[in-house]
Amino acid sequence: MTETSVLAPVVPVSVGTRTSWWATADAVYRLALARGRIARGPLLFVATLQSVGILVLLRGVVRHPDRATSAAVVAGGTILVVAFVALNLLAQRFGAMRTGRSLDYFAALPVPVSAVVLGTAASYATFTVPGALLTAVVGAAMFGLPFEQLWLVVPAVAAAGIALSGLGAALGLSLPRVELATVAGQLGMTVVLFLGLIPPGHLPAALRGLRQAVPSTYAVDVLAAGLRGSATPGGVLWRVAASLAYGAVTLAIAARAFRRAVAS
Amino acid sequence: MSGAAVVVREVTKTYRDGGLVANAGIDLEVGAGEVFGLLGPNGAGKSTLVRQLVGLTRPDRGRIEMFGHDIVAGPSVAGHLVAYLGQDEPALLDLPVHAAVATTARLRGESRRAAAAEATDLVDELGLTAVANRPLARLSGGQRRLACVASSLAARRPLLLLDEPTAGLDPVARREVWAAVARRRDAHGVTVVLVTHNVLEAEAVLDRVAILDRGRVIACDTPGRLKAAVSDDVRLDLVWRFDPPYDEPTVAALAERAVVTGRRWTVRLAADEARAALGRLTSGAAFASLDDFTLATPSLEDVYLALGGRDDDLERV
Repeated sequence: MTETSVLAPVVPVSVGTRTSWWATADAVYRLALARGRIARGPLLFVATLQSVGILVLLRGVVRHPDRATSAAVVAGGTILVVAFVALNLLAQRFGAMRTGRSLDYFAALPVPVSAVVLGTAASYATFTVPGALLTAVVGAAMFGLPFEQLWLVVPAVAAAGIALSGLGAALGLSLPRVELATVAGQLGMTVVLFLGLIPPGHLPAALRGLRQAVPSTYAVDVLAAGLRGSATPGGVLWRVAASLAYGAVTLAIAARAFRRAVAS
Repeated sequence: MSGAAVVVREVTKTYRDGGLVANAGIDLEVGAGEVFGLLGPNGAGKSTLVRQLVGLTRPDRGRIEMFGHDIVAGPSVAGHLVAYLGQDEPALLDLPVHAAVATTARLRGESRRAAAAEATDLVDELGLTAVANRPLARLSGGQRRLACVASSLAARRPLLLLDEPTAGLDPVARREVWAAVARRRDAHGVTVVLVTHNVLEAEAVLDRVAILDRGRVIACDTPGRLKAAVSDDVRLDLVWRFDPPYDEPTVAALAERAVVTGRRWTVRLAADEARAALGRLTSGAAFASLDDFTLATPSLEDVYLALGGRDDDLERV
């Protein structure tokens, strides 16, 4: 093909700056919160009931658990609330946005795509906080664990939210169909359930390695240490940092999948 | 035309799924401050071209320049230059109208306070104040479309790219949309590219129109010049209440040349011939069988068909 020259004089217009990362994430966060307003209550109820139910079941099965086992179980059950929403539901949400062409709206705006993904993911992670708090309190009471370091549920939920929602977004944006995103999200949640709830000392060596590769493990360990009353600032910080690193990588993958999904 | 706002050269796009050729070498220029239309039936390639203009889809070949910026090489620039309204806006459905408009303004770089103030003005301008706090999903189809138009107008851009903005709107709302678009063109020199398959709308609001068929531009000029260039014929539409009286010589002559759609006959004739035929019909016995009749100058649909357009599904509402 030979390129034709421009016949008419072009009217030049200068391009302004891109909308800032934080302003974008904030606007998208509020947009996603508004969307979740109706479904949030029932879904959170289901997520919390599921985790509390598992804790009740385990409390009945294990007669005299040691403190480490109890702390691991309660921490795993608490982070499961985050996994249900930030991994499972978010994968479905991004899958639906992909197939419903909602991504076009954002792609046609001068905004950083990673901020769109994070804003949406953060809104989902936010509404897990009450359920996770309730699960942790009920679990600690059931298993007779100390409440002094229960505040660690806040950084633990934040860390798990960051690590898992990035993964949920990446799954939803990468897979070509909502059904596949749903299956992938539920499989991911199952992995978090088993490897988060079972105390690391009870796992075979091979699964212990796999446990370390699961993004939510670091959040589970932060909370478990708090429930044992043995959390240290250094231990909390490095585990939160590990979750942040996971989140950054999965967010970058999700942003790339976003651009590919729009262009497809 | 004071200069080109958009230049499209040899743009070609074939979809991998099924090998559908959506754009087969499109050449266009849109002048700054112009209201430019893309007219064509469904499947003509209008929306694919628009998606390429806004940087959502990358052409296989060709060049797109917008206000001097290369959109193919740097598609993200389009977001700074274009206010885009797609055929639907599912991302905003769960937001109340005011919040949807303010969100778009914020995402186009306005401060929260400025975005809220502009949203209030836009909601008022498009007559949506009564439903400002109602989510888009709970509005009627027409109101929802109006809210999406309001959202697209937020935080002014030099180019408005509207894909069937008035689809599903009643005549009053259509006029509101066109008044809002015209205000932006007149006051701020905003360039408008409009996709439509509505012939009457194209004739009423466009400065120039490109007619697309099967991925190609088959004509591009002002509506008036396109119509004048094609033919001096006029169109006579007859709607029969009963079976047409074929024994009437005028009816028999017209029957040979009419395109029949149910009870409607459409006949293209020279102006004198059409006037004479209509005079005989309305003064003779055939008039009792006539339910309705119209005599019209050529429309853009006639242009489209005369130029070889093959799908006759243009809208005439």
